[in-house]
Amino acid sequence: MMDLTRKLEILADAAKYDASCASSGAARKDSRGGKGVGSTGGMGICHSYTPDGRCVSLMKVLMTNACLYDCHYCINRRSSNVTRARFTPDEVVQLTLDFYKRNYIEGLFLSSGIIRSADHTMELVIEVARKLREVHHFRGYIHLKTIPEASQELIALAGRYADRISINVELPSQQSLNTLAPEKNLARTEEAMGHIRGKIEERHAEKRKPDAPKPPPFATGQSTQMLVGADASTDAVILGCADKLYTSHRLRRVYYSAFSPIPEPSSILPLKAPPLIREHRLYQADWLLRFYEFKVEEIASAADPNLDLALDPKLSWALRNRATFPVDVNRAPRELLLRIPGLGVRNVDRILAARRYTRLRLADLIRLRLQMKKLLPFITTADHHPAKLGLDSDSLRARFLPPPEQLEINFDAPPTPATSDFLSVRSGEL
Amino acid sequence: MRTIVIEPEYEAWRVAARRLLAQGVAPEDLMWTDDAQETSLFVREEPAAAAEQGASAIKVPAAFMDLARSVAAHTDMRRWGMLYRVLWRLTRGAERHLLAMATDRDVRQLQDWSKAVGRDIHKMHAFVRFRLVGTDAATGREQFVAWFEPEHRIVRLAAPFFEKRFAGMDWSILTPYECAHWDGTRLHFTAGVSRSSAPDEDALDDLWRTYYRNIFNPARVKISAMQSEMPKKYWKNLPEASLIAGLIAESTGRVRGMLETEERAAKPAPNNAYLKSLHAMNQSEAVAKNHESDPA
Repeated sequence: MMDLTRKLEILADAAKYDASCASSGAARKDSRGGKGVGSTGGMGICHSYTPDGRCVSLMKVLMTNACLYDCHYCINRRSSNVTRARFTPDEVVQLTLDFYKRNYIEGLFLSSGIIRSADHTMELVIEVARKLREVHHFRGYIHLKTIPEASQELIALAGRYADRISINVELPSQQSLNTLAPEKNLARTEEAMGHIRGKIEERHAEKRKPDAPKPPPFATGQSTQMLVGADASTDAVILGCADKLYTSHRLRRVYYSAFSPIPEPSSILPLKAPPLIREHRLYQADWLLRFYEFKVEEIASAADPNLDLALDPKLSWALRNRATFPVDVNRAPRELLLRIPGLGVRNVDRILAARRYTRLRLADLIRLRLQMKKLLPFITTADHHPAKLGLDSDSLRARFLPPPEQLEINFDAPPTPATSDFLSVRSGEL
Repeated sequence: MRTIVIEPEYEAWRVAARRLLAQGVAPEDLMWTDDAQETSLFVREEPAAAAEQGASAIKVPAAFMDLARSVAAHTDMRRWGMLYRVLWRLTRGAERHLLAMATDRDVRQLQDWSKAVGRDIHKMHAFVRFRLVGTDAATGREQFVAWFEPEHRIVRLAAPFFEKRFAGMDWSILTPYECAHWDGTRLHFTAGVSRSSAPDEDALDDLWRTYYRNIFNPARVKISAMQSEMPKKYWKNLPEASLIAGLIAESTGRVRGMLETEERAAKPAPNNAYLKSLHAMNQSEAVAKNHESDPA
């Protein structure tokens, strides 16, 4: 019989390709006055970081890595020869509690390979969450992966115990799924997301009426993940799919995960270097959709369907739309300020607040520590007009191209794989 | 010039500032210092029971009090004087909108200090590691102890989070300047201790390292991203950090191994009723879809 350490090795390794790590956005609850431990509702906390730059927030494991499906990008597909393991519900419960009490984690992210049937698998996953909540009074964060084909009753039960539930789209078109993940179906996934959206909203709507009967608790949000670089989908297709999920099903987050080499490669999907810069640009574009009032067509159009890998998508848009600039930071409305390259949401709000009392000058913007070099060609202030900087000049794009790549300086270890990018993993912050 | 010597606590500053403001003492006539510092050069002012005439009439924006509470935890010596100057400008200076001016030098400075304190609190919430030291024989509650080295004086600001989260266990967080303790009913604070007072290990640390090692993806190494969020100064108190160098060192070889692995052929579907039903569903949906798009 396999020991717990070996199971944890296999079932954590099997879960690492899920990029979702959020532990924020849950309803406020804590352990005061209760019998257990746990709290949620504030900002999510990253308790550690691994050398891939990803945060460790939730204990992310699979119930089992045995799987009926044959998704060729996945190490756990049935055609893989990877060693299989299976936790008992009690093992996952105990690990979660032990890790949580030592403040290693924010909670549990539980997913599973699909065994026997969708419903059977969901029941295993739900049993862990039920025990944590009902037997151990655990009030930490729980994220459960759900299966679109599982019964509605089981999804409702999963949502009852979880703070977040998610179904991974994985690929943005059915055509790609047919080739690489023949068991998965985009229409059914979206249908399930629609039902989940309904449940989330039902709970929130009824919460507002004090005398109405209390609806059963339900997760406060759902998210999904799309793989980048496994199929031929363009960025326009990927962002179009994300936008549809945000607007139709009110997803909290779409995660983009660069397809990276896995042990047990499939003959149907040869391995290649992970497109990390592309993943980063997609996160930036995603931010533009959610917080900057951009439309997909403005970022990636049918005529020009892929993001510029050398420049961030906002700067890229500005260079394609030079007639919009310069923008007067003392007068322009919020939506136009949001379009200025190098100016983030927080600083837009700071500018709006400050300009009620003063005419902003360059020195004011410098005190906000804005990226002046990026900003200058696109703005006017009380004491600055950029005409002479050449907004119309063809060389403007060249000014913004990154300098020749440097190698990352390593600290006390031999050279690392080819990663010349210095990008943040909390990708998307512009 | 008057020198105001106070305990390095928000409450001490608040009391002194309120009195000085009521007396109409301008910020340029004051020098503030923590009583922990060398004060023999200054005339030490007794906390006189001076009249507080007019103090109650002075309205201060709530946002400023929140900002001041957080700035007070910073270790920069200039914070008391800067807080008083901004308080003066907000009230006697008639700049009531001042906090909306992130472009103002003084406001910006306070916000920077507050941000540094906020980050320190956040990192404490993240990087404290509790070690199980025993079980209370009377109550049956598990007892945990952690060691942490914050940059600023944040223990009291950071402690309520731990109370809410870990109400069901007894715990102490030890730091060099102040310690926080929770026994299920009361949060209280004691003086700082040295590192040797805290346990070094926990039986679960090995299992945690197993998790950390296996959740790492060697095919996408981004060391700078890791270090910007988890600076090296925290590593010495994190059980998992001892693995970092090794994981980085072996990642190249692991990826090479993946790339050199012979690709696996797809295996036929097993005989499973659910899988068959899925395939049938997918087929019929594909057929239906073809009909929809049929222009005829």
